[in-house]
Amino acid sequence: MKKLETNYLGLKLKNPLVVSASPFSEKVEAVVELEKAGVSALVMHSLFEEQITHESLSLDHHLEYGTDSFAEALSYFPDSGRYTLSTDSYLEKLRDLKKAVDIPIIASLNGSSSGKWIEFAEKIEAMGADALELNLYYLPTDPEQTSMTLENTYLELVQNICRAVEIPVAAKLSPFFSSLPNFSKNLADAGVQGLVLFNRFYQPDLDLDELEVVPKLNLSNNQEMLLPLRWVSILYGRVDLDFALTSGVQSGLDVLKAMMAGANVTMVASELLRKGYGRATEILESINMWMEENDYESIQQMQGSMSMQSVSDPSAFERANYMKVLSSFTDLP
Amino acid sequence: MSRQKITVDGNQAVASVAFKLNEVIAIYPITPSSPIGEWADQWGAEGKPNIWGTTPLVVEMQSEGGAAGAVHGALQAGALTTTFTASQGLLLMIPNMYKIAGELTSTVFHVAARSIAAQALSIFGDHSDVMATRATGFALMSSNSVQEAMDMALISQAATLKSRVPFIHFFDGFRTSHEVAKVEQLTEEDMRAMIDDEMVREHRMRGLSPDRPVLRGTAQNPDVFFQARETVNPFYNDAPAIVQDAMDKFAEIVGRKYELFQYEGPKDAERVIIMMGSGAETAHETLNALNKDGEKVGLLKVRLYRPFSVEHFINALPKSVNAIAVLDRTKEPGSTGEPMYVDVVTALNEAISSGNSPFSKMPKIIGGRYGLSSKEFTPAMVKAVFDELSKEQSKNHFTIGINDDVTHTSLTYDADYVIEDVEAVRAVFYGLGSDGTVGANKNSIKIIGEDTDNFAQGHFVYDSKKAGAVTVSHLRFGPNPIRSTYEIQKANFLACHQFNFLERVDMFKLADEGATFLLNSPYGPDEVWDELPKTVQQTIIDKKLKFYVVDGYTVAEKAGMGRRVNTVLQACFFGISGVLPKDEAIAAIKNAIKKTYGKRGEEIVKRNYEAVDMALEYLHEVEVPDSATSDFDVIPPVPADSPEFVKDVLGTIIGRRGDSLPVSAMPVDGTYPTGTTQYEKRNIALDIPVWEADICAECGKCVMVCPHAVIRQKVVDEVLLKGAPSTFKSKDVKTWKNFKGKKYLLQVSPEDCTGCRLCVEVCPAKDKSQVGRKAINMAPQLPLREQESENWEFFLGLPEVDRAELDVSRVKDSQFLLPMFEFSGACAGCGETPYLKLITQLFGDRMVVANATGCSSIYGGNLPTTPWSKNADGRGPAWSNSLFEDNAEFGLGMRLSMDKQEEYSIELVRELAEEIGTELAEQILSVDQTTDVGIQAQRKNVEELKEKLSGSSDSRAIDLLSLADVLVKRSMWIIGGDGWAYDIGYGGLDHVMASGRNVNILVMDTEVYSNTGGQSSKATPRAASAKFAAKGKDSPKKDLALMAMSYGNVYVAKIAMGANDTQTLNAILEAEAYDGPSLIIAYSQCIAHGIDMQKGLTQQKLIVESGGWPLLRYNPENAEQGKNPLKLDSKDPKVKFEEFAYNENRYKVLLQSYPDRAEDLMEKAIEDNDKRWNFYKQMAAMHYDDGSEEA
Repeated sequence: MKKLETNYLGLKLKNPLVVSASPFSEKVEAVVELEKAGVSALVMHSLFEEQITHESLSLDHHLEYGTDSFAEALSYFPDSGRYTLSTDSYLEKLRDLKKAVDIPIIASLNGSSSGKWIEFAEKIEAMGADALELNLYYLPTDPEQTSMTLENTYLELVQNICRAVEIPVAAKLSPFFSSLPNFSKNLADAGVQGLVLFNRFYQPDLDLDELEVVPKLNLSNNQEMLLPLRWVSILYGRVDLDFALTSGVQSGLDVLKAMMAGANVTMVASELLRKGYGRATEILESINMWMEENDYESIQQMQGSMSMQSVSDPSAFERANYMKVLSSFTDLP
Repeated sequence: MSRQKITVDGNQAVASVAFKLNEVIAIYPITPSSPIGEWADQWGAEGKPNIWGTTPLVVEMQSEGGAAGAVHGALQAGALTTTFTASQGLLLMIPNMYKIAGELTSTVFHVAARSIAAQALSIFGDHSDVMATRATGFALMSSNSVQEAMDMALISQAATLKSRVPFIHFFDGFRTSHEVAKVEQLTEEDMRAMIDDEMVREHRMRGLSPDRPVLRGTAQNPDVFFQARETVNPFYNDAPAIVQDAMDKFAEIVGRKYELFQYEGPKDAERVIIMMGSGAETAHETLNALNKDGEKVGLLKVRLYRPFSVEHFINALPKSVNAIAVLDRTKEPGSTGEPMYVDVVTALNEAISSGNSPFSKMPKIIGGRYGLSSKEFTPAMVKAVFDELSKEQSKNHFTIGINDDVTHTSLTYDADYVIEDVEAVRAVFYGLGSDGTVGANKNSIKIIGEDTDNFAQGHFVYDSKKAGAVTVSHLRFGPNPIRSTYEIQKANFLACHQFNFLERVDMFKLADEGATFLLNSPYGPDEVWDELPKTVQQTIIDKKLKFYVVDGYTVAEKAGMGRRVNTVLQACFFGISGVLPKDEAIAAIKNAIKKTYGKRGEEIVKRNYEAVDMALEYLHEVEVPDSATSDFDVIPPVPADSPEFVKDVLGTIIGRRGDSLPVSAMPVDGTYPTGTTQYEKRNIALDIPVWEADICAECGKCVMVCPHAVIRQKVVDEVLLKGAPSTFKSKDVKTWKNFKGKKYLLQVSPEDCTGCRLCVEVCPAKDKSQVGRKAINMAPQLPLREQESENWEFFLGLPEVDRAELDVSRVKDSQFLLPMFEFSGACAGCGETPYLKLITQLFGDRMVVANATGCSSIYGGNLPTTPWSKNADGRGPAWSNSLFEDNAEFGLGMRLSMDKQEEYSIELVRELAEEIGTELAEQILSVDQTTDVGIQAQRKNVEELKEKLSGSSDSRAIDLLSLADVLVKRSMWIIGGDGWAYDIGYGGLDHVMASGRNVNILVMDTEVYSNTGGQSSKATPRAASAKFAAKGKDSPKKDLALMAMSYGNVYVAKIAMGANDTQTLNAILEAEAYDGPSLIIAYSQCIAHGIDMQKGLTQQKLIVESGGWPLLRYNPENAEQGKNPLKLDSKDPKVKFEEFAYNENRYKVLLQSYPDRAEDLMEKAIEDNDKRWNFYKQMAAMHYDDGSEEA
């Protein structure tokens, strides 16, 4: 058995296979099964800022709508005054998961504004989360809003939360930054200890029958892995951060690539949703087997071995690589 | 002992005691007592204990009759048991009440006393219901205020246990049940001290047990029944003293002293009023004022009305009395006097004749009626009664508070006699239901009651319309106890929370001179004056009002509160009134916000806080000019050219001056003209639909789904559009071959629209260059009002499409038919009214409606106006409402009457064939009326028949003339909601279906008691949360359709317009055509579902697609042809039930309140749906002849 241990956000993990933010964490039994299958940590499903806002307004709207208007029906619902809102149930779920499994549990928050997250991050910490993943996601549509304004908003949020809690904090990003290395560095300065690359989005599709916009999310495939693989390779060693590679990880080989690019862990969900908990065991076994076959002693040995800094031709990760690919097509007979 | 001061309403005060003192509680919703049951259910769900440490079992029954039966049974089995009811509900309990009393069983029924339906239903307060139970053997205990309601609830319970006489404890509906007042809360210790556990055990031991078997409830014969009936006498003889003992004990424990007959006033009073209920507090307040002015008047408050203790009564009256007025809050037509008057006369006579009277001669006694249906009872009226007693010839059997210009019973009173406490703040607020005014005022009165030493009272007046409801809040507070059980007459603070009220609501009559007037205004202090109607300006000047404005709309918008301006205005009220220092007031408001909304998440609290913080910045005092300058004024309630009755009577009611109408103005038998909502232009929509003719696909769907019939379509010749207003829209007809070359029109009535947006949601036509733009879109109403009103008038003047040119089984064709149900008071986005409207389009001109009490009887029949209307020939639906429980039987009765009249008419036609002409007679007798053509032909026949017979002196011909109209086929519709059909009226419904008679039953299934505020019915699906099922309903929805199908000869359909409008249309046509009983169950979205109401049709589609509401038609005629009568019109479920359910707060809220239970119930609910779907599928696949499956 090879040494699969890795460190991520200061957590000692038994292997680099972490379950990414996904519906798995909504069921304690599922997480127990995943732990049995060998995963080393789990990121809880994300709690969305909009969800919390909407939930509060929606509950109030429906409890109030039509009330105190008509003498016979001054209200329409029993108002028990006891509502387990998403924030409450999230904390309860975190507590239950911590009780049920030994692997580290990383909580996940998705939003872009500071206010309400700070208090909640403290509650998450108090409930025993091992780390916190901040999913920084805001879709700018206003042409007047600059990237700098947006990045500063993110940094302020991160800084406030990192100050408020002692548990390690990771930032999950989209790939759409003008200068990802610079922003990564700023995140590190703001107190973040790791980057999770990259976020995947619900992408709207167009329904031509109904002439409506419909949200869509497909499970990831391993072609999607190439983008984070490239960026982990580029950022490794340039910013003082841990890296989790997520999107499209499907096999032991994918995990190995991620490690060699410089990731500390890979995160996987789609593959497990498709094939079941046992797939985690298979992936870990195949990593072990490959390391056996290729005479690697440990994960740490290979981490960053194929990062931009470590390869013989760093341009492969840069623009030159793009030109090469294009010209290679031109050269075809 | 110090007790907590709380600010609660009468219902909650009663519930807080009743819940603590019982083990079993059987409930059924009825206004105004429903909230007592709701509290009990909620506390039961939360596991709160009674004083013995166990949680009472709360069970909802199918009717008050059922509740009384369950109470009787629970009592017989030894549990402490109670129920809460009012009005018709109490009447339904009477049979059991005789039994309970006859068996000497201890219980207290708590009754929010309410009128009984006579010439009309009324939800408001008087003693008609309680008085109807006088003979049952129940003791009748009255409370006059919120505090007394709490106290008497406890005293009654103590007394019933000791006396074994069952009690009704009653208090005035709305005036006390809904008044919010500062009271001292009784503690558990108080209750324990009052309730003797030994008595409880004795009660328990009298319960039936096989370990000590007895038999109770025998049948008795003439030999002994009489004697056995007299055995109870000692218990009734002892009861008054027992009650007084309990009152005395209560006084020792709590400090408040009550007497069976409580005298107030000087010992040497000569004139005394005797009365009970909340009005007695007004009388008390008035006599204090009169006596201060040197009069000698007294008041006897009757607390224990039954058993009536002559001895206590006589002893309570001062010896000096020489004139008595007995005031009854009820009416007993044809009697020698109202009940309490008769009791007083009898008691005094008995006392005098037995020599026990302290009076040397019989005092003068007069009786009068007051306050029926919560009619205001004011100090001026009290004074008028005392004044009447001073007269040499006092009017007996008088009325007070109305102008009876017919039988001249009424006393005149000086309305200017006002004795408002000058030390009190008297604040009146006019708001919209949707702007949260009442909620904020309830919070304000709580703040003042609980955070200051002031006494406090809040009384709220609501609307009879469900959409665009106007509310009026009356808040009194000050250093002196408040006995004013009437609306504020002179307000020193007046607030108008909606600017547009100024032009239509006369609120200034309540303003005292020098009062403060706060206006929510989009115009600032410098601009607002010019925006006020002239009368308003003049009143502000004349009454020297201090005038403030706040732009609550902007503040609310900025704070993300939409149109809810409540906390903004609340902050301004505190800011101006100075009842608390500013910072304390703001802190108290925020605290109240946190308490009210805190559990709903931080966001809503944050937004409310922001609104409060901003409010005072936007508050400005207005410098009032010296003269009224506006060139516009308030608008009349109805157009000047309205029919006389509409203008004089209905218009007066709309203008909130109904109290001024004399008796002669009112129809004698409760009969009113239809088609009157058209005159009440309410202008409640902020946005209205606007038609884009170039995009329209002419589908008629928007017309069909409009709950208020404000969208209409027509096809006309282009030539008719000459002279149309310049903005009138039309398009060339594209989709009807027979109308080619004509113009298609779609028009919206801007002043009748509620702005619900269902039309926009259902519109399938989108602009190809900009898909967000549909053929119908919402736009602000105000800029369009005038233009579109003119267009609407022009549109109405254009001819209707000839029915003969239409295929009414097509949705788009059917929507040319004139709706005869329009502009109702239903909620915006109501799911019920589109069905009613459609039925009137199809059959309105020959339709008779029996309408169960409920939402539909309120939006359909609540004064002032009615949406049931008529066509240009003057024909339209004839409508009546009997009760909640008997509607099916009521409708059957109508059918029987029409059938009999038709039969007799046919007999007469045969007998008079020669006089009529044999050919015409034959035509009349043989015409096929299954088609529109046949019906039109018969109408002509009948007209001809009438012409022929007119002038005949043959009594048979005269008879036939009076009956001939019934020869045209009539369409009998029995309509109501699920509360009626599934629960209280199910027995009758079942019988009517079994009768085989040709009636059409429409059940508008909202899956909950909508009209009384969302209580669970047997139509409520499993996993939904509702009142009386606060922890979610744990039994499946009753399958009424399946039950009806079991008869085999009943046409049954389940429909959902939003899922399949064609199936809806066809089911209604088939049901009506079926010559036998038909049952249509129509899915109807409701506010009580907790949905975005504009998505109502989407939810209908989703529930059908999830299998939660299978669309089906069961036509017995198919069986006669050897075909399977059942046809499933919806497809295999393709949407998860949760996907439908969790769009609705009724399901979602359970997930938030009781998550584990919610998940469990949802799983079971899904199973319910799967099972039902599979069952129907198999049924629909069977060969009808041999029952085997089709290949």
